[in-house]
Formats: sequence, structure tokens, C-alpha cells
Amino acid sequence: MYNHILSIILFTPLVGAVLLMLVPKENKDAIRWIGNIFGFLGFAVSLPLIPWFWALKDRAGFQFVEGAPNNWIPSIGSGYVIGIDGISFLLIMLTTLLGAISILSSWNAIQERVKEYYVWFLVLQTGMLGVFMANDMFLFFVFWEAMLVPMYLLIGIWGGPRKLYAAIKFFLYTLFGSVLMLLGILFLYFHHHTLTGVYTFYLPDLYATAPKIGGHAAIWLFFAFFVGFAIKVPMFPFHTWLPDAHVEAPTAGSVILAGVLLKMGTYGLIRFSLPFFPAVAMTPWVRQFVIVLSLIAIIYGALVSLMQKDMKKLVAYSSVSHLGFCTLGIFALSPLGLSGSVLQQINHGISTGALFLIVGILYERRHTREIAEYGGISNVMPVYATITLIMFMSSMGLPLLNGFVGEFTILQGTFMENKVWAAWAVPGVILAAAYLLWLYQRVFFGPVNNPKNEKLLDLSGRELATFIPLVIVAFWIGLYPKPFFQILATPVNNLVATVRPDYPGLAKPMLAAQPVNPNPEAATPLPEPPKAPETQKPATPGDGQKPGVATKQKPAPVNTAKANLAAAPAALGK
Amino acid sequence: MTTSLTTFSLSYSSTDYLLALPMLLLTVFALGILMIDLMLPQQWKRVNAITALIGVAFSSVAVVKLHLVYHAAEKQGIAIATFTGFMGSLVVDRFAIYFFYLFLMGAGIAILMSMRYLEIEHESHGEFYALMLLSVVGMMCMAAGYDIVLIFIGLELMAISTYVLVGFLRRDKRSNEAALKYLLLGAFSSGIFAYGLSLFYGLTGSTNLGQIAQKLQEVIATRPNDPVVIFALLTTTTGLLFKIAAVPFHQWAPDAYEGAPTSITGFMSVAVKSAAWAMLLRIFLFGLYPLRSMYVPLLIFVAIATMTGGNLAAITQDNLKRLLAYSSIAHVGYMLLGLIASDGQTNSTGIMAIMIYLLVYTFMNLGAFAVITSLRRRNIIGDTVDDIAGLYFKAPTEAILMLIFLLSLAGIPPLAGFWGKYFIFLALIQTGHYALAAIGVLYSVVGLYYYMRIANSMLMRQPIDAEPVHTRPAMRLALTITAAGTVVIGLFPNFFINVTNWSLGLVQGTQHMAGMLR
Repeated sequence: MYNHILSIILFTPLVGAVLLMLVPKENKDAIRWIGNIFGFLGFAVSLPLIPWFWALKDRAGFQFVEGAPNNWIPSIGSGYVIGIDGISFLLIMLTTLLGAISILSSWNAIQERVKEYYVWFLVLQTGMLGVFMANDMFLFFVFWEAMLVPMYLLIGIWGGPRKLYAAIKFFLYTLFGSVLMLLGILFLYFHHHTLTGVYTFYLPDLYATAPKIGGHAAIWLFFAFFVGFAIKVPMFPFHTWLPDAHVEAPTAGSVILAGVLLKMGTYGLIRFSLPFFPAVAMTPWVRQFVIVLSLIAIIYGALVSLMQKDMKKLVAYSSVSHLGFCTLGIFALSPLGLSGSVLQQINHGISTGALFLIVGILYERRHTREIAEYGGISNVMPVYATITLIMFMSSMGLPLLNGFVGEFTILQGTFMENKVWAAWAVPGVILAAAYLLWLYQRVFFGPVNNPKNEKLLDLSGRELATFIPLVIVAFWIGLYPKPFFQILATPVNNLVATVRPDYPGLAKPMLAAQPVNPNPEAATPLPEPPKAPETQKPATPGDGQKPGVATKQKPAPVNTAKANLAAAPAALGK
Repeated sequence: MTTSLTTFSLSYSSTDYLLALPMLLLTVFALGILMIDLMLPQQWKRVNAITALIGVAFSSVAVVKLHLVYHAAEKQGIAIATFTGFMGSLVVDRFAIYFFYLFLMGAGIAILMSMRYLEIEHESHGEFYALMLLSVVGMMCMAAGYDIVLIFIGLELMAISTYVLVGFLRRDKRSNEAALKYLLLGAFSSGIFAYGLSLFYGLTGSTNLGQIAQKLQEVIATRPNDPVVIFALLTTTTGLLFKIAAVPFHQWAPDAYEGAPTSITGFMSVAVKSAAWAMLLRIFLFGLYPLRSMYVPLLIFVAIATMTGGNLAAITQDNLKRLLAYSSIAHVGYMLLGLIASDGQTNSTGIMAIMIYLLVYTFMNLGAFAVITSLRRRNIIGDTVDDIAGLYFKAPTEAILMLIFLLSLAGIPPLAGFWGKYFIFLALIQTGHYALAAIGVLYSVVGLYYYMRIANSMLMRQPIDAEPVHTRPAMRLALTITAAGTVVIGLFPNFFINVTNWSLGLVQGTQHMAGMLR
């Protein structure tokens, strides 16, 4: 099991989908049970990964690698190779958790074509996990595109009144981005052949050759990839598909869409754009361009959220704003910014996923999401109101909850790079508090004005069960984020060292971990962990990212995390 | 190509007939069907279809036989064997064998699709199947012809059979109109084509493609801008582009596709199209290779126009057959990109892309037409986007299969259709045609829109009629074959990529059709 854990995680949902196809479609309860069992099983099989990965977290490169290059389609040099590092590990855990939760949340919401629903949902789950696991560009692209189909169907079949429009818009937008990316991939593939005489899609091989592309070609390629990922994120000018898709999708679809699908864009930027084109990413105008787009997204998303009359649309636009923080952190290109960004992606999955569930619960009871229809809900649904408050706090970044840690780290990382960028991002935090608190006030406080709301039932056991794990994780990240930063330290530091070989405080441990690579310009995270014992040695204490710059009076999670790493075996138990 | 065919014998020999065996068998069966049909009572007409299938099977065995002979010859140390017969006019090389398989597969599946359809239309006649087999004979001549006379005869045999098949629904006005349009435009284009070929004969004094290439090389060397050469090239190209339905010579296709019996529409869109492509590749890559620098700019223009015209026109169609007709025009545009990228000399990826495109297209497009065929029920013509509405509720299996075919046509991995596009774009990237690649991929996004319109209607709308959709075993077999092809090629393309490479004489690793027959 240890050697094939990733395949097991990847294909458990697919097995469930195949089994479900055999169940007669009239037997709705059996289908629901099987769907939920496999949803939960998908999460359960990913649990062993936590201690196993923890033991390997300081190794550079991909872990748990399965398959070999070229074993799938030898004639074009593509293989079924999967492996994870700290970044993909966290996103995989998020995917399995949210998958189980969303499947559980659909029990009553889906009444028509139940069988298909669960089948497509489980297929979607496999597709998303594959994106985060693939170590082969071609395999990645297959998962990336194949995953669009179940999502398109989920929106199109079980969606709201404008579902057809939203579904096709989602599909076309994302396909538009990914076909350009396909050309980029093919260029890298051919370029690799030109340099080495070998046709391969194997990711570590491409890491070695892609940065050697220079000049205009690199910039064009960077943008070919960038458009693909930016549409998925979605970054500012490409975001218009998101409100439509979110609003029309069924609740569970929105949860997955916001929680996981959007992360594929940011994951792609981290996994592909930065290491493939480090020089372009560091080109001042490119970097500034992306940062400005992120800042626009942060502020514009928040302002638009303020104005929404529909709760789901409000949450959807808030995603634009939150994802703006993530891309800001990525292109701050410092260890703090990047690890904050990944953590913020997890946070956004947790809190926005929960927000969509929250909206879904009201919608299931009243079949409307108009804010004006509600008021004084805390009187009739006290448990629900409490959970909602916690998740709102988490989303707006209140200390002690997860959102704060992520946003703070991103802002800190950005501040150290450029004070103006950070200054422009801060209003986003304030506006987030404004639109969420205002929403909370309008929906939950005051007297119950609308007679239709007087008889609303509070959360059922099943509904509560969907929130509890999210609340726990939200508090966990908020109170004790250290293990998360420890997991992220190695991949993030390697990435920054790849993109910015001159980054102070990183080059040494980076090169020590990778004695193979004397040329820092072509430095890449190696595929296989070197077996030498010194590679397992963690970073030495006091090896902060930018000594003397980090503010000490505020919690600076990465610094402390790294500093305590060697002396904290107690934390190993998680 | 400067190397020409040197090893043909000037006399007939018995091996010539072995080479022609697949065609001879089909002819025998076609004639046999015509005779048996006279003796069959009305309720036994299905025997004709079965006879035709047996004929296809026999012919396939003959092709396999040829294939084995190849292997035997290659085992004995001949690097890439080619067999020529009938004084060099018929060349059964790997390229031809690949297309033989393709035609037979397309014909076999189309016959399976036709059986019930013809009964519903009350047009269950033996001629239908006989004509199909004869058109396959014509196609084989086009793919294996190395002499413009044989190629032209094959073309006409195929075309005339198809004209009749398109108009086979005598009581249906649309079918009659389609047949007449197709006949007039088809005959016109054949005339232009023949005129171009005759000019080449006049220029070079030979009808053999190899010798034409050799002489053209000399002509070009002495008179680089000879107006006769240019005029001959233009007319020949026009004729060829007519046959593959490239814009601006595509007008016949939507009408013919819409009016023809649905199974024949499917047959035309795959087998007839493959044959036209085989002929086009033979002529452009072999006979007219010396003129490549002249025809490539022309093809670039046509390819862009074809992708634009096909994709944009398909968006507004409400008739499924018309929509798929325009989409197949768009697919021709992508395939032309492959010919633009690759010359078969320095780079062959594009040619290989066209070959694999035709293979996957055979499965996915026939599959889509098979589903549309099954919509033809009592009193319901069933070929509009509205007719397919709510198909999921009436026939979930067919609806899911149609979704697979549509996604494959749109080029979503891991389905077969992706591979055609993949190699086309790879060829463009390899040869540095970045702008064309970008145009191509962007149009494939447009393509998704109209395919998903069908899917939307099928999966997300309520049915407008209550008439159930039943499929007979023959149709189910056709659907199974096409769906299996679409999925299996998509997931495990390695074998099929190797087959395509083999058919072009590409040894793994080398990137051009080095040893292929010229």
C-alpha cells in the first residue's frame, strides 16, 4: 500500500463511479449510500499519507513517485508518473476532504438523476486529484482537460435557471486557456528534443531544459501558460466565468469549484510557470503586470462583493478577491509569500467551501438566495448562525482562525519585497470584513421580518457533520500553523532558490540539498530524492529568510517554524 | 521526389491480381448482391446487407493477406517492401494498405448502420449495398493508384456510386435535391481536376506520378514560373480541394450531407473523405512534390478559410447533419494544417497526423452519425437539434455514447479525437508555424461550442416527442465498435501511433518518410 498510495487515492473515487454505474437508477438511497461511502473512502485512504508524508517532508523533489517515464505511450514519450511534494500534498488532502464533504452535503439537495450525479462527482474527484499528482506534462494535461467534462455536466444538469449558459461559458473559457497551454507544452516538448534528442513529457526533464529558452520565445510561452492558469484562478480580466458558474452550480459543485478547481490555476503557476520560466517571472514588467492584476482582483472583487444582492454571488466575487491574495503571494516570489499563498489556497478552500455550504443550506430551505429575503435568522437557527459566524471570521482573516495566518504571511512576504504592493493589498482585508459582516448583519441579526423564515429548521446532524471538519481545520491552521509551514518549507525554498538563485539565506541549503547541480541558472528541484543522508538534514536553526527584516513582534510563522524545525521532533506527531 | 518508381514490370503477371484481390472480391460481391437481390422476397432484403458484410470481411482478409506478405518480405531483409502491378499503375504499399483497412472499416460500420434505417425508409434494395461496395473499390483505386488515369477512374467510380447513394431516398425531396447538387458540382470539379491532370500529362509526357515528379523537377529548374505549370497546379488543386470539401469549394457538402440517407452521410464523411485525402496526399506528396513551394501558400489560405468557414457556419446550424457537415469541413481545415507543416521529407509528423486523424475520425464521426441514424423513427425524421433533446431520458446509453463522440470530435483528451489534433499541432510547432497553430487551437474552442450545443440539448433539455428510441442489434454493434474505437485509441494510442508510423514507413525515432515509396 505504501508504494501505491497515490494510485489508490487517485482511483478510489473512479472505482466508486464504476460500481455506481452498476446500480439500478431507481434505487436512489442505495446510490446515495454508495456515493457517500466512496466519498468518505476517498478521504480515508488519503489519511495514511499524512504521517507518511510527514516523515519525508524535508526531502527535495517529488515523493511517493509511481510509474516510469514513457510507460504509457512510449511512442510520444509520455508516462503514467505521479508523485507529490509538500504543495501538492496539502492540495490533495484538501481535495479529498472537500470531496467527501460535498458528497455528503448533496444528500437532499439532489433529487433528480441521482445516479449520474454521484458518478460524475466521483469522476471529477479523480480528475482533480490527477492534476495535483501528475509528474508528466501530458498526463497533467489529460487530467486538466478531462476534469472539465464532469464539472460542465454538474453545472449544466443540476444547476440553476441559467445553467446552460453558465456551463458552456465555464467550459469554453477554461478550454480557451488550456489549448494555448497545450501549444506551450508542445513547444517545451519539442525544445527538449532539440536540446537532448529525446522526446519526453517527464516533468523533471522538462524542468531541466525549459529555463534554457530565452528571449521573446520565453515570454510568449510564459503567457501561453499564464493565460491558461489565470483563467482558472481566475485573475482579474479573466474572471467573468466565475460568478456565473458559481451561482448556477449546485451547492456541492460550487464547493468543489471554489475549493479545489480554482486552486489548479494557482497550483499551475507554482508548479509550472515559475520553474519553467524563472527569468520571465523575475522580469520586472512581467512581475509587476501580474501583481497589478492581483491587486485589481483583490480590491475589485471585494468592492463587487459589497454590492451583491445574491448571497452566492457575493461569495463568488469574494473568491476573486481571495485568489488575488494567492497570486500576489506567488509573484512576491519570496519564501514567505509563496508559503503564505499555498496556505491561503488551503484556507480559501476551507472557508469559501464552508460559505457555499452555508448558502446552500438556506437555499435548500427557502429556495432563494436574495439577501433581502432574510433577516434575524440567528433567532431561528442558532447553531447555524454560530457556524456561519466562525466561517465568516475565518474568511475575513480574523486572528486565531486560518484566514489570518495565510493573509498575514502573504502580506508580510509582499511587504518585504515591495511596500507599495502590500499597501494596496491591505484594503482587500478591510473590505472583506465589510462585506462579510454586513452580510451577516443583514441575514442573521434583527427581528425575523419575513414570516416564511419563522419555521426554518436548524442544522440536521448530517449538515453539522459537513461543517465540523472544516471548523476544526480552520481553528487548527489558525492556532497552530507550524506543521503546515514545515511541510511547505522544502518545496517553497527550493522553488524560490530556482527562480531567484541570489535570494539571501536560501542558496546555501538549496545547493547543499542538491549537490548535483552546479549551475544555479538551471537549478531545478530534482525528481528523485538523493539518497545521501545529509539531504535529510533540516535547515539549520536561525536560517530565516531575510534576517533582520522580519518583524518579530508579530507572529511570523515561517521563521519560527523553520527555526524550531530541528528541535521539534515533538511536533512530528502532528 | 526525385526518386521514381523503377521496379515495375512491363507485363502483367499473376501477382498483379493478388494485389488487386481486395478490389476484385468486393466487385464480385457487389455484382453478386445485384443478382441475389432479384431473387429475394421483400422481407428477406436483410440478406443483402449480410452478403455485403461478408464481402467486406473477405476483402479484409485479402488485405490482411497482403499485409502478411509484406511482413514476410520485410523479414527477408527488404527494408520497406512495395508491390507494384499493372505496369506500375497500381502500388500496394503500406500507405495503401492503411487506407484499405480504413475504407473497409468505414464501409462495414456504415452497412451495419443502414440495415434498419433502410427498412424504415422503405428503400431496402440490394443496389444500396452493391453501390457501397463499388464505391469502396473506387476508393481503393484512389489510395493505391500511382497513375493519374487509375486514380481518376477510381475517383469517378467512387463518386458516381456516391451520387446515387445520396439520392437513394427517392420519395424524399431533400435527398433528390442533394443528389442533383452533388452530381452537378461533383462532375464539374472532376472536370476541372481532369483538366489539370491532362495539363500535367502534357507537361511531362507521363501519367505515372513518379515520372511526373521527375519531369516536373526538370521543368521547374528550367522555367521556374511557367504559366502552364501554375495553371495546371491551380486546376488540379481546385479539383482536389473540391473533393475534400475545403472552403471555398465546400458548398456541396452541407446540402449533400443533409439530404443523403443518414448512414450514407456518415459513410461519406469518413470513407469518401479518407479516399479523397489518400488521393490528395498521393498527388501532392508524390506527383506534385516539386511544386510544393507553390502550393503551400495556397494551402495556408485555404486552411485558414476552411477552419473559419466550417467553424463559424456550424455555430448557427439547427440540423444535426448540417452541423456535422460544417464541422467536418472544419476538421478538413485542421488536417490541411498537417500538410502545410510537413512535406514528408524533412518532417513527417503532419502527414502522420492526417493519417491518424482520418483513423479516429472514422470512429467518432461514424459513431455520431450512428446515433443520429437511430433517431430516425416512424414519422420522425429526427435530425435536428430539437429532435435530440432529452435523448438521455429516452435512451441513456445512446446519449452517453453521443457525448463521448462529441467530446472526441471537440478534441478533449483522453478521447481519440484529441490525437488527431495533438499531432497536427505538434507538427506545426516542430516546423515553426506558431501563428497557424494558435489559429487552429482557438478554432477548436469554437468547435467545442457547437458540439456542446448538441450535448446540452441531449442531456439537459426535456424531450419534445414521446416516441421511444430503439436500437437493433446491428446498430448496437456499430455503436459498440465506434465507441470502443474512440475510447481505446484515446486511452492507449501507442499501438495506433505505431501502425500509422508503419504505414508511412517511419521507423520509430526517425522523423521522415525516408524509405517510403516515391
